[in-house]
Amino acid sequence: MTIMEERRYCNPDKVYVSVKAVFYPDGGFKPTSLIWEDGCEYPIDKVTDIRRAASLKAGGTGIRYTCRISGQTIHLFLEEDRWFMERRGS
Amino acid sequence: MKERVILHSDLNNFYASVECLHRPEIRDKPVAVCGDPLLRHGIVLAKNYPAKATGIQTGEAIWQAQQKCPGLVVLPPNFGLYLRFARLAREIYASYTDQVEPFGLDEAWLDVGGSCQVFGDGREIADRIRTRIKEELGVTASVGVSYNKIFAKLGSDMKKPDATTVITSDNFRQTVWPLPAGDLLYVGRATKRKLASRGVTSIGDIALADPAGLRSLLGKWGEVLWAFANGLDCSPVVRMGEESQIKSVGNSITTPRDLKTDADVEMTFYVLSESVAERMRQHGFKCRTAQIYIRDNNLCSLGAQGKFPRPTQLAADLAAKAMTLFRAHYAWEKPVRSLGVKGTDLVAADCCEQLFLFEDEERRRKQEKIEATVDDLRHRFGHFSIQRALLLQDEKLGAINPKEDHVIHPVAFFKEGRLP
Repeated sequence: MTIMEERRYCNPDKVYVSVKAVFYPDGGFKPTSLIWEDGCEYPIDKVTDIRRAASLKAGGTGIRYTCRISGQTIHLFLEEDRWFMERRGS
Repeated sequence: MKERVILHSDLNNFYASVECLHRPEIRDKPVAVCGDPLLRHGIVLAKNYPAKATGIQTGEAIWQAQQKCPGLVVLPPNFGLYLRFARLAREIYASYTDQVEPFGLDEAWLDVGGSCQVFGDGREIADRIRTRIKEELGVTASVGVSYNKIFAKLGSDMKKPDATTVITSDNFRQTVWPLPAGDLLYVGRATKRKLASRGVTSIGDIALADPAGLRSLLGKWGEVLWAFANGLDCSPVVRMGEESQIKSVGNSITTPRDLKTDADVEMTFYVLSESVAERMRQHGFKCRTAQIYIRDNNLCSLGAQGKFPRPTQLAADLAAKAMTLFRAHYAWEKPVRSLGVKGTDLVAADCCEQLFLFEDEERRRKQEKIEATVDDLRHRFGHFSIQRALLLQDEKLGAINPKEDHVIHPVAFFKEGRLP
């Protein structure tokens, strides 16, 4: 019998994504596009809000970028050095 | 004098809450974060509310907890993650005041008297902090607001989770005094028993008792508790950064198996001394006194200390001193479960030093260089890249890495040198 569960956080609703970003010469950066798990790249039209926020659905906390992508609003989280998104629906 | 505005923020079920945030699938189940049973740390460190409802208590053995709650989800601790959340919480506190005094990982006192003009009164600031912790960290906090640290801490315990409790100089007799004496900071099991023997069972009883009588019963703590109960505590909230003034460097460990011989103990002392010495070098200190702490497998503990002829930061000196103290103070009636070594009486490592006439000073310099080189090697190639041959005698004991395994140290309300 195992007494203790493994230490792993694999949540199907937490989708780690690749992100392309522009780094400005005076510091700071802005994500410009993201690559979803299916390999499609989506350009980010606009970042409308940046703040620290927790994601209860995906399970975690990070800097939350509210982005417009082809007319839709999505949340992109920077958790330490990884980017994740919440899976929609389900 | 203007009354102080002090907040005590307590992150509810901290370890369990952080785990539940990261694992949505277990949020509604009873969850307990426990130490590793194989290393004999198998006790409940934290639990969530469903687990609490089954009567599980912090400090219980895992098997006891599982008996109370067969469906319990038992998780190993992830201290790195908890440290990150504690740091993020402190960043939130720091946006309201620079007077933040952490009390362990999940609690902190804040003196917000200076920022009430900007952010509103104590309750408003407490509510803002709670909201931010919930939104930004995904966990909850209870905050107590009062005019002293003791009542602020009591307040944060009164309503949970995610609530603000205000205790004022007008209402503390109604709110605080009916509480059991054991709720007061520093009333432990022994004190509670002594108080109960005199019919003192509530905080109000302590407050109304004769301070001289309490002193004769409990020593100087009696008067301190009396002052606490009457809201007369005036200890300041330490400013950020000030609390880091290091008074001692120490390390203790519950060993993977009970220690039965002097050789076992010596090995463990070397492991601990190496980590203490390394940390002293890191911070640029030497110590003039060594302290040891011994706990047998019946959980009885004792401490002892001894002075060095001159300040040192050598692991060899520390371990030898620890061993001398151990031999002088421990009679081996029971096997040993935990050991600790601490260097105190710190002085700056680069201060002037009295040389000894009849000792080989050159050899000492060399010894210092060797130990510093070992630090360097370990930093570059890992802790186990170089080890004392002594530690190879026992795989389990030699494999302890106290510096990296133990990132969390208990704290005391009255730090050394600041007793009332």
